Amino acid sequence: MSTTGTDESGRTVTSGAVEIESAALAFGDRTLWSGLDLRIEPGEFVAVLGPNGSGKTTLLKVLLGLQALSAGTVRVAGTAPGKGNHRVGYVPQQRAMDQQLTLRGRDLVGLGLDGDRWGTGLRGMRVRRRKVAEAVDSVGATPYASSPVGLLSGGEQQRLRVAQALIGEPDLLLCDEPLASLDLTHQRTVTELIERRRRETGTAVLFVTHEINPVLPHVDRVLYLVGGRFRVGTPAEVMTSETLTELYGAPVEVVRVGGQIHVAGAQSALCEDTVHHHEHDHAEPV
Amino acid sequence: MDKLFDFELTARLLELDFVLMALAAAAVLGLVAGALGPLIVMRRMSFAVHGTAELAFTGAAAALLLGIGVSYGALAGAVIAALLLGLLGGRESERDSVIGVILSFGLGLGVLLLWFYDGRSSNKFGILVGQIVAIEQQDLELLVGSAIVVLIVLSMIYRPLLFATVDPAVAMARGVPVRWLSPLFAVLVGIATALGVQIVGALLVVALMVTPAAAAARVTASPWRATVLAVVFAEAAALGGIVLSLAPGAPVSFFVTAISFTIYLVCRVIAYVRGRQRALRDLSGSDSPRAAAPSAR
Repeated sequence: MSTTGTDESGRTVTSGAVEIESAALAFGDRTLWSGLDLRIEPGEFVAVLGPNGSGKTTLLKVLLGLQALSAGTVRVAGTAPGKGNHRVGYVPQQRAMDQQLTLRGRDLVGLGLDGDRWGTGLRGMRVRRRKVAEAVDSVGATPYASSPVGLLSGGEQQRLRVAQALIGEPDLLLCDEPLASLDLTHQRTVTELIERRRRETGTAVLFVTHEINPVLPHVDRVLYLVGGRFRVGTPAEVMTSETLTELYGAPVEVVRVGGQIHVAGAQSALCEDTVHHHEHDHAEPV
Repeated sequence: MDKLFDFELTARLLELDFVLMALAAAAVLGLVAGALGPLIVMRRMSFAVHGTAELAFTGAAAALLLGIGVSYGALAGAVIAALLLGLLGGRESERDSVIGVILSFGLGLGVLLLWFYDGRSSNKFGILVGQIVAIEQQDLELLVGSAIVVLIVLSMIYRPLLFATVDPAVAMARGVPVRWLSPLFAVLVGIATALGVQIVGALLVVALMVTPAAAAARVTASPWRATVLAVVFAEAAALGGIVLSLAPGAPVSFFVTAISFTIYLVCRVIAYVRGRQRALRDLSGSDSPRAAAPSAR
C-alpha cells in the first residue's frame, strides 16, 4: 500500500500515493498549469477532467516520470516518479491492435508482470504462469486469453489491460481514458474491476476521463483542468454551474439528471465528448 | 534437372569438408535469423532488413577492393546501416523513405567499388546472390562468434524488447527504455544480416530473416512458439536449400528461397482453413468458439 518511513523525530509517517506540490508545467510560453497541489491518499479515487489540451495526459506523464515539471515537486508512492514504476499500474486508452500481432491475451497480461525486466526469466516460469492465469481469471478473461489480441473486441482488450496493470499489485493505478470507445456494458465492467481493486487492496486511482458519469459513484475527488486553471474538490463541489463557469470563463450549465452529471456549455470550445487522440510516439504534450 | 534427385551424388558431396562447413554456417544463420525473425516482422522491419543487407553488400565490396575479409566488410556495412537507419528513421512516417534513400545510395556505391575491383568476377556476383561454398574456417569462426553475441544480447533484452514492440505506450509507462532498444535491436539485425549476406547473398537475406517468421505468425499467436517455429523453418530453408543444390550444382539461393516461400504458402493455407473452420463453428453457434481453438487464428 503506502510507503512508510520515519521523520526526524522518529515517528512513522505515511506518504501519499501521489504528492504534488506547487507544480507547474509549461512548454515555451504556454503554461498548461501552475501552482498545482494534489495529494492522493492510498485508496482514494481521483478523476481528472477537462477539455482537450488542458494537460490531463501530460499530468499522467509527469507521474510516470516521462515528463519533468517546470517547477515544483512530485512524488509517487514515496519516491521520485519513474523510479518506482513497478508500483504503478497504467491502463491506457483502448487502441486497435494489429490483427497479425503474434501475441495472445495472456502474453499481454504477462508483460505487465515482468515485461520491464532484463534477462531470460527462465527461472520461475511456473510461478509466472500461475500468476498470469490468476490475473486473467480475476478479470474474467480466461475464455479468450489464448486468442490473438488483435482479434479481440475493445472491451475484451480493456479487461486484459486492467489485468496487465493489476498483476504487478500496484499502489497507484493511473488510467488514461480506459473507457473511451467502449460500450456501456464494458464501461461498467472495466470500472468495476478497477473499483474492486481499490476497495480490496487500497490502491489509489487517478482516472483521466472526458466523461465522469461511468465512474461517478466511485469518485472521491475531481481535478478539473481548463486552460491553465484548475479546481480540486469533491464532485459536489467542483461539478457545479458556478465553478465550471468560473473555470471556463464562459457560461456553463451543470445539470443533474438521474444521478448523472451533464455539462452543457454555450461554447463549442468545451468539446467534452471528443477524446483526445494520442500521438503515436508520445513525444508531444497532448 | 534429373540431377536434382541424384541422391548418391548428394550423399558423396555431403562428405566434403567445404560442404560441411557450409552446412554449419547455414545452421548458425538459421538459428539467429529464426530467433530475430518474429520481432522483425512485428516491428515491421522487413524493408529495413533489405536495406541493411544492401549496405552489407557495399561493405563487402569495399572489403573486397581493400583486400580485407569480405565478412568483416559486410559486418561493418550492416552495422553502419543499422545505426544510420536507427538515427535517421526515427519517425515511422519517414522510415520507409529513409531506408529507400540509404539503400539505393549504398547499392550504387557498391557497384562503383566492384567496378574498381579487378579480381575474380565470381566474387563480385557472390556477395549479391550468395557464395556459401566459399565459406572458410575463419569466416565460420566470425559467424559463430557474432551469432553467440547476438543470441546472448537478445536473450537479455527479450522481454523489454517484446514489450516495447507490441505495446510501446504501456512499456514506456513501465519504464522500459523504448527509445534505445530500437537502435540496439537494429544493430543485432544488422549483424545477423551480415551473416546472411555470406550465405544467401545481399539480395535474398529477407528469405531467411523475414519469411520464416512471417510464416510462423500465420499459424500461432504465441511469441514463444512463433520463435521456435521460425527457427525450424529457417533451418529447413537454409540446410535444405544447400543439400538440394549440391547434386545439380545450381545456385543455393534459389533452393533456400523456394523452400522458405513454400513453407510460407503452406502456413497461409493452414491459417485460411482454420479461419474458415472457426467461422463455421461461430455460425453453428457452439459455445465459446474461441476457447475451443486455443491460439488459433
